[in-house]
Amino acid sequence: MTSAVLSPEAPAMVARRPRPQARAAYLIDAISIAVIAIMGAPIVLSALASVKTAADASAAPPHYLPTTLSFENYAKVIRFQAGLATYVGNSALVAAIAIAACLAIAAPAGYGLARFAIRGKEVAFLILLAPIMIPYQAILTPLYLDFARVGLVNTHLGLAIVHTILQLPFSIFLMRTSFEAIPREIEEAAVIDGCSTWQRLTRVFLPLTMPGLVTVALFAFINSWNEFLAALIFMNHDTLFTVPILLVSVRAGKFGAVDWGALQASVIVSIIPCLAVYLALQRYYISGLLSGAVK
Amino acid sequence: MKRTQPSGQWQGWLYVAPALIFVGVFVLIPLCQLVAMSTTDRSLLGGGRFIGLGNYTKIWNDAGFWRALMFTVKYTIVLTPILMVLGFALALLTADKTPLKRLTRTIVFLPVVIGLSSSSLLWFWLFDEQVGLLNKLMTDLRVIAQPMVWFVSADLAFWAVVISITWKVLGFGMVLFIASIQSIDREIMEAAVVDGAGYWIRVFRIVLPLSRRIILLTTLVSAIGSMLAFDQFYIMTSGGPRGQTFTAVYWIYQNSFVSFKLGYGAALSIVLTLIILVFSTLQIALTARSEAR
Repeated sequence: MTSAVLSPEAPAMVARRPRPQARAAYLIDAISIAVIAIMGAPIVLSALASVKTAADASAAPPHYLPTTLSFENYAKVIRFQAGLATYVGNSALVAAIAIAACLAIAAPAGYGLARFAIRGKEVAFLILLAPIMIPYQAILTPLYLDFARVGLVNTHLGLAIVHTILQLPFSIFLMRTSFEAIPREIEEAAVIDGCSTWQRLTRVFLPLTMPGLVTVALFAFINSWNEFLAALIFMNHDTLFTVPILLVSVRAGKFGAVDWGALQASVIVSIIPCLAVYLALQRYYISGLLSGAVK
Repeated sequence: MKRTQPSGQWQGWLYVAPALIFVGVFVLIPLCQLVAMSTTDRSLLGGGRFIGLGNYTKIWNDAGFWRALMFTVKYTIVLTPILMVLGFALALLTADKTPLKRLTRTIVFLPVVIGLSSSSLLWFWLFDEQVGLLNKLMTDLRVIAQPMVWFVSADLAFWAVVISITWKVLGFGMVLFIASIQSIDREIMEAAVVDGAGYWIRVFRIVLPLSRRIILLTTLVSAIGSMLAFDQFYIMTSGGPRGQTFTAVYWIYQNSFVSFKLGYGAALSIVLTLIILVFSTLQIALTARSEAR
């Protein structure tokens, strides 16, 4: 798995010609550190700006570092309009419904597609993957009108359904792969024990497909938490905004002038859950990305 | 899989049914409604008279739409190679499993998991001519004499978005390319080293050719994403100055949800869907071919 032979400081070469290779290794380390600095700077600078005083954060020309530490910007964001708790709550609730829906729909579908020799299976699979080919941006108008008719506009459930549409093809694909990876012998043992197909799913398969389930939930969370366009269209009351829409309204501010400190504080609030979840579940995220995009 | 009992048939379908119903109700029916709506002059206030292909002939003469579409194509054509080349370079840089490279990889990937709205507002701040630290840094380094006003010029605004999106999604390609590099058979590389092939020879003669399929797939996924760009332009440029940075999706949003020309917006959506379909068909064909192997 390792690709050490690709690196310029490959062992065979190091032994023969130590000095140029060592120099190359230093150069590569230096480039790596520069990359870390450039890629990490925006988030670090934003975090630093968020703990400046409001006046300092709006100073022109700006300072790189805060002169005094202050949580005034966060206090402002916490009290912004309906209150930060409301907006974080909206996003969390929508994401929770989307996660539940993705799991509840994709896990059985993956089971059915992977473990039953049903006729027309591949056609069904293609239909289920069809939403990949139809950009969800295109069907938002008919969805909006349908949802308006049944009272789903301006509800958490309505937005969560849109986020589920977005996430479902990937979830079904991943669950089918997960179910297919489980050896036949395990299922046969369960059949001999007299388990029904439902018992096989809940008692035997689900515990074994846990990594797949975690990956589905992880992607559903991150994509729902960050989704912008549908939230912009489907949530029209300022008490129903999700976090991405909150960011835009913080920038719009009260009197046109941008409150830069409050804006950076809200940006930091919006990215912390994503970074935390990603860093905790990095392995699942990367494996999901690989199977989703490349397989 | 031949030993399925007759009952296995309907039981299997039972498990797949909720997914099929969901996709039918929330994707396929709306898609049919979209097609139907695109042949009417419906607006939010009413209307809905059948006008045949009237909307489509209107699109043909809609200079705003063509400008938005061409702008989206330009954005895709400029951004995609930047992402692929830098992504591959970073993959080469960080494919080894040393702690420093692992850290580099993690930091480069972090922006991928944050929201487009968050990153766009973050960069909107960095680019600001008054309080933006990017202007401050560039003036301090004497790259520019005066802070630049990025969002009053369509060209500068375009590059501001390209820079911010490069930062945001660079890690996506990098991670896929690392997987591709790491899957190359160690023996092939060792044999090349023994044969005296230098580093760049190995990269161009072995790594790149063997990564061809992943590069192609990543290019397609990335290009589809760029063709559907909305958030970053809505937040950073608001389509301005003078409507020069509207993208295709932004134009649809403007027509459907700002001007409430629903029938016309539907026709625009169909046109965009057909364009995306070309890309995604290619993507699926490539995927299918790789599975056949």
